[in-house]
Amino acid sequence: MENEGDLLHTVTSDQISPARIRTGRLMTWGAAALFAALALLQALHEAGHIGAGFDSWRPVLYAYLLWATALCAAQVVTRGEKGKRSLFVLPAVLFVVSLVVFPLLFGLYISFTDWNLASQNGARPNGTANLVQMWNDAFYWNALKNMVYYVLAVSVEYVIAFGLALLLNAQIRARKFFRVVFLLPLMLSPVAVSWMIGKSMLEVRFGPIARAARELGWDSPSFFGSPEMARFMIMAMDAWTFIPFMMIMLLAGLQALPREVIEASKVDGASAWQAFREVIFPLMLPVSVTAVVIRIIFKLKLADIIINVTSGGPGGATDSVTSFIFREYRDRSNVGYGTLLAMVYLVLIILFVTALLKLVSRWMERPA
Amino acid sequence: MTDSTQIFHDNPSDTARKARRVVSRTVIYALLLSWAVICLFPIFWTLTTAFKLAPDVMKGNLIPWVDFTPRWKGWASLGLSPDLIGEVSTVREEFLKRFWNSTIVAVSASALAVALGSLAAYGLSRFNYRFGFMRNSDISFFFLSQMILPPVVLALPFLVLYKSLALLDTRVGLILLYTLMVLPIVVWIMRDQFQGIPVELEEAALVDGLGIWGAFLQIVLPLALPGMVAAFILSLVLCWNEYFFAALLTSTDAKTLPVMVASQTGSQGINWWSMAALSSAAILPLIVVAIVLERYIIKGMAAGAVK
Repeated sequence: MENEGDLLHTVTSDQISPARIRTGRLMTWGAAALFAALALLQALHEAGHIGAGFDSWRPVLYAYLLWATALCAAQVVTRGEKGKRSLFVLPAVLFVVSLVVFPLLFGLYISFTDWNLASQNGARPNGTANLVQMWNDAFYWNALKNMVYYVLAVSVEYVIAFGLALLLNAQIRARKFFRVVFLLPLMLSPVAVSWMIGKSMLEVRFGPIARAARELGWDSPSFFGSPEMARFMIMAMDAWTFIPFMMIMLLAGLQALPREVIEASKVDGASAWQAFREVIFPLMLPVSVTAVVIRIIFKLKLADIIINVTSGGPGGATDSVTSFIFREYRDRSNVGYGTLLAMVYLVLIILFVTALLKLVSRWMERPA
Repeated sequence: MTDSTQIFHDNPSDTARKARRVVSRTVIYALLLSWAVICLFPIFWTLTTAFKLAPDVMKGNLIPWVDFTPRWKGWASLGLSPDLIGEVSTVREEFLKRFWNSTIVAVSASALAVALGSLAAYGLSRFNYRFGFMRNSDISFFFLSQMILPPVVLALPFLVLYKSLALLDTRVGLILLYTLMVLPIVVWIMRDQFQGIPVELEEAALVDGLGIWGAFLQIVLPLALPGMVAAFILSLVLCWNEYFFAALLTSTDAKTLPVMVASQTGSQGINWWSMAALSSAAILPLIVVAIVLERYIIKGMAAGAVK
């Protein structure tokens, strides 16, 4: 049971008086009471029961911040050295909890209402109507289907990234130059990429790629006309920006490989391909899995390029779930329905990623 | 094989090997160069198009000074050409405002995330916590699991919340969200970083009379600085390029550069030189960062990949 104790042992000799503990408790609960009182006041004000109140909920936010600070300070006051220890993690935990858990719960409520920002009436719970609407929404299912294609495209990106990492790991000159150049696409904002590649280089009349395609004998190149082609172009642009990401991770893995093993395989007379297949690739499996899983997680958020290049067209062929919901909000102000779609997507993602991780860990433990 | 030391490398087998080596070298460099072209061409295209005029665009001229004469027209549309730089220009004001917004938001969010994330990562790598049923591994997982949260899930609740908190269209609102977005990555990188620092250093510091916070600030932090820089740069890149939240949550005051770029793409038609100038201005800061700080970016991304 090594994990029982702290890695860094500290000797605490705190004599905390009851009065000190009382002060600490008072700080926390006092600030909490202030926060609750302000929130109640503002809620009553918004509902029109009382006249006194603020223009916005901002003062309530300040009270919340005060409470968070008091909670952190009270840790030290009531628990001494131990409290100082929890002070390392507490701010981050509070930050994430208040910015994720609360909005998520709120979102869960919104998703079962018919809230439309364009209409005058606020949120009214409408039971399962949104779910029924989702079930019949062909565009949403279509977007989910597209996500499957987009995620599958990661496998191709992985192959290219692995190849590039191997190239960069070879005995080459100007390695630093190539590394910086290969990294550059990752630095560019997807929005800029949408214009640079999607809107200008692929433009059918004057874009250089369209010109090159005409030279090669494609008379009237159109990159976003047919659904398959448009989807492929989105994949290619996304791959262009994110291949460096996997490449760097794989390169780091390659450079950490034990040199002796590879040299031993050479001594044993393995060809380059055999060395790769039998030695390098199996050793790289853990790094590969990490890189691919993280890449898939990023891929599931794909939206910027789609929003800016095709807005989902033609006919929803390139829509990702995120870009679809984005338009649901942008064009129709349909907050309730959009949030439900997002929530369902979140559940699907959690199920998918959990299954993926389970599968991966089982597969990795399997004796080779 | 009778002779153990071979003096002349002119056996048929040797020359064959040499030939094979030359071929493999050529293939490697050819592949490297072609991918370098794939990476660089869009950037080159954008930078040069910013200096083109309409006929150059339509004729598809590529190489400056050979195919066409560079002109400042694209930059003039941003008020950034040499002859306009001294004059008052509303476009430039607008552009600089967006640029400034992006800078402030990205830098503050990254700094906040690195501060919060480093503290949490250090605590998790050194002490055992118990928040209710949650142990250290659960807390780590809690932080890292935020990574799979798609932005679209938070976007609409935040829109409504920010509206009632009067945080809509403010930089503070964006900074909070961006911090949340990059925090898992920071925790991931920094946990790796702190695990590489031997505990004995802090124990010695404690013996010498420093508290745990003193030991952290004076001993550990300086050692972990390269990792913090890596995490900061990576966060900076992600925040600078973020579009989705900015598009939903800002309208006039806090609009960032990507939103400005996106809002121009639809309306400009073939007015490429000004779009190219705008895109160039949006990507140049990060290209400079990539070239100067490449070491840290790679370090940041490699953290956690290799154990």
